[in-house]
Amino acid sequence: MFGYSMSEIGNIMVMQGFSGLSMFTVLLLMALGLAIIFGQMGVINMAHGEFMTIGAYTTVMLSKVASTYGFVNYYFIFAIILAFILAFALGYFIEFIMIRHLYKRPLDTLLATWGLSLVMQQSFRSIFGAKEVSAELPEWMLGSFKPTPDIDIPINGVFVMVLALLVTAGVYMFMYRSRWGLRVRATVQNRVMAGAVGINTKKVDRVTFALGCGIAGVAGAAFTTIASTGPTTGTLYIVDSFMVVVFGGAASLMGTIASAFGIAQAQSILQFFMTSSMGKVSTLLVIVAILMMKPEGLFASKLRK
Amino acid sequence: MSNTDFVLAIEDLTVSFDGFKAVDKLTMYIDKNELRVVIGPNGAGKTTVLDLICGKTKSTNGSIKFMNKELTKLSEHEIVREGVGRKFQTPSIYENLSVYQNLEVSYPKGRSVWGSLFFKRTAEVKEQVLKIADEIMLTNFLDMEAALLSHGQKQWLEIGMLLMQDPQLLMLDEPVAGMSAKERDQTAELLNKISTNRSVLVIEHDMEFVKKIAHKVTVLHQGKILAEGPMDQVQENEKVIEVYLGH
Amino acid sequence: MNASLSKLVGGKEGLLGLAVLAAIIFVVLPLGVDIFRLNLVGKYLTYAFVAVSLVLLWGNGGILSLGQGIFFGLGGYGMAMFMKLEASDPITTKIQTTPGIPDFMDWNQITSLPWFWEPFKSLPLTILVILTVPALFAYLIGFAMFKRRVGGVYFAIITQAIALILSILIVGQQGFTGGVNGITDLKTVWGWDTRNDSAKYILYYLNGFLLFGAILLSKYVLNSKFGMLLLAMRDKEERVRFSGYDVSNFKIFIFCLAAMISAVGGAMFTLQVGFMSPSFVGIVPSIEMVIFCAVGGRASLIGAVYGTLFVNFGKTFFSESYPELWLFIMGGLFIAVVMFFPDGLAGIWDKYSRKLKFFKQNSGVIAAVAVSKTVKNNTVATSIEGAKA
Repeated sequence: MFGYSMSEIGNIMVMQGFSGLSMFTVLLLMALGLAIIFGQMGVINMAHGEFMTIGAYTTVMLSKVASTYGFVNYYFIFAIILAFILAFALGYFIEFIMIRHLYKRPLDTLLATWGLSLVMQQSFRSIFGAKEVSAELPEWMLGSFKPTPDIDIPINGVFVMVLALLVTAGVYMFMYRSRWGLRVRATVQNRVMAGAVGINTKKVDRVTFALGCGIAGVAGAAFTTIASTGPTTGTLYIVDSFMVVVFGGAASLMGTIASAFGIAQAQSILQFFMTSSMGKVSTLLVIVAILMMKPEGLFASKLRK
Repeated sequence: MSNTDFVLAIEDLTVSFDGFKAVDKLTMYIDKNELRVVIGPNGAGKTTVLDLICGKTKSTNGSIKFMNKELTKLSEHEIVREGVGRKFQTPSIYENLSVYQNLEVSYPKGRSVWGSLFFKRTAEVKEQVLKIADEIMLTNFLDMEAALLSHGQKQWLEIGMLLMQDPQLLMLDEPVAGMSAKERDQTAELLNKISTNRSVLVIEHDMEFVKKIAHKVTVLHQGKILAEGPMDQVQENEKVIEVYLGH
Repeated sequence: MNASLSKLVGGKEGLLGLAVLAAIIFVVLPLGVDIFRLNLVGKYLTYAFVAVSLVLLWGNGGILSLGQGIFFGLGGYGMAMFMKLEASDPITTKIQTTPGIPDFMDWNQITSLPWFWEPFKSLPLTILVILTVPALFAYLIGFAMFKRRVGGVYFAIITQAIALILSILIVGQQGFTGGVNGITDLKTVWGWDTRNDSAKYILYYLNGFLLFGAILLSKYVLNSKFGMLLLAMRDKEERVRFSGYDVSNFKIFIFCLAAMISAVGGAMFTLQVGFMSPSFVGIVPSIEMVIFCAVGGRASLIGAVYGTLFVNFGKTFFSESYPELWLFIMGGLFIAVVMFFPDGLAGIWDKYSRKLKFFKQNSGVIAAVAVSKTVKNNTVATSIEGAKA
């Protein structure tokens, strides 16, 4: 079909699959951060993309320092850690001065965080300039490897995917295996009781929000391996990330992963066969259509109201 | 079962949530103009029964016939239009409308979109609002914003809003919770008056209050009926005593 | 004035408010500014249609739509398509490969007019489409979501996604829609030139007139039983449902009405500004129009108009003089209006007028108290003096 042979289609799907993987990775990390914030706390953070941009700019700045002082080959790990820390810190601060006043008003949180995103975008523009900047990637990340002559797999894509899996595993361990994660889940499920047994619910909220932002920061670091960063980069992923979270059923981590994978792959593959814009439109249309039929998302658990 | 004279005929009603039977093969009949009180320990399924009747929860099995019409197939607002009114545990009134507006909005005409757009506030409507306001002892508060009423007055307002619909079955979930002793007396008087021309189903915990109003009492326990009959008979029932006072 | 008319405009205060607004729009501004700036005001007033629609939908109904740009755009594109076809008659376009079709289609190697452009050859049909198609679209969206009890945040995000879909679609299909540049070079309506000064004045007044129509229509809806139910549903949806109302039908209706009003605004935009592009359809314009409504006070119709004018004047001023500052201000506006001024301009006005009213009503008492206090102090002072002596 479409003038390609079956084996060529296979190769295309694998390659698009892998190029879809980079997108999947960034989307997954963004969605994870959002799922934690929205799924667990019901807070809509329209500035989530800007937290990703913070991580990206951090990486870019660090790469500049690294190339000046000659440690380009191993700065990246530090960049990821620093991206997380900075995004986490800013998220912590923002929760304190703004978000905590708006918990009972989700629609208002939406508008207020949109305002925040505008302020952040303009800050980026004022500090870093309006032009896009790129991080200088270490050598071992460039290039690709070829398992077969027809398949070209970029190394940075694989790196970023491994990174995302590690972060996802880390989040899972945190949420489901650590004391702090237990506190978070308790607060989400029954705030009053959690407070009654001595959990500092305000602190839990703050850390949870900051954690979601921190993960977005890591997404930003990952993002620098696939494209350049500008003040409005965050807006590229925000709608997609929300779609992933809502589609996957906001309360389920597995659902988020499956949803991110499905959406990224669908878009990537469709974009090959149709024009880029029609591919995106088709994916979004299908998601919206499915959401209209199953508003809780595809993987939501059934709870007794 | 065939047509009956009962206002409400619940037969074999069951609802289970993930295996837990909140209501288990319940069978209950309510007469015209009867005031039935349902009591029972917490978790016995009392509120769930009301949820099932008014359509908030869907049953897994069984039938609920109101005036011989099957309710389990209807949606919530359709059940209301059949003549069933439900009062919630926490007062559910429109806080930022006035008492008058709360009552007026509950008038059972102009319930469709177009009907409500062209609804005329005729003298008939006003008359009905004033009449009900008098019954619920809020005549002097008609212009007050509902949010400013006392807790007891809010409960009465909600009852009033339901009375505006002139339901044949009025269901009240813990109507005197949070009321003072005087308010409880007034509420008992109100309920006794209301039940002279409609059936009333009440869930309550306050036994003194129950004694004042009940024609008949049904005791629920673990989703099933434990005992049924006039209040003093039920109070003497050994099983009931055991369930309430523990083993 | 008789009782129902008085109720409609909101009594003496309401009438005063409307009169002041009318004076500003129809008298003060046209006399006070030149036609170029008046045209700009006219543009802002088309956004006010959307702000008014949001007062109904969001301020009163509690339904936040982040996609009103969809309907504004549909109305605007409808009018643009009509005007473009008029400007693309075979004689004017005879140098094209295919004369008789819009220039951008020709550039994209399209050789015949797509089927969905056909209705826009006729003005009456165009107007019919503008009034019905956006509302129909809103009906489909509303039906799919409100019947399934999708609301609140989910609804907002989905409307945002739909706005995104539409804007990407328009940009991507540039052969059929004019792409990212939109539909431009619009000149006449039935031969009448819309670009000269006298036309701009006429269109400005037409716009103002239609806006007032929208406001009065909204006031009627809000003052009816429907309006009371809207407020009730916003705060206690369950109770409304258990009073025998099919809540989803009401939500669908108000969403369709909001869509229709926004579409009229879009059409007036095209007429006054002379083009329509996807930059008025997507996520950013949609959420900006929410802020116009929020600044006005969310539930106030007149406030929505003032809010729109206020924010847009600010935008023009700051973008010219301090462009870097503008986004900070706008972002700050979103935050401020949510956290500190949820009742917007209308709330500030209410507080001020209440103080003024209190002062007026009680000026006699206030004066008396002031006098007696002064007298008392003097008497005390003299008696102390006397005691000391």
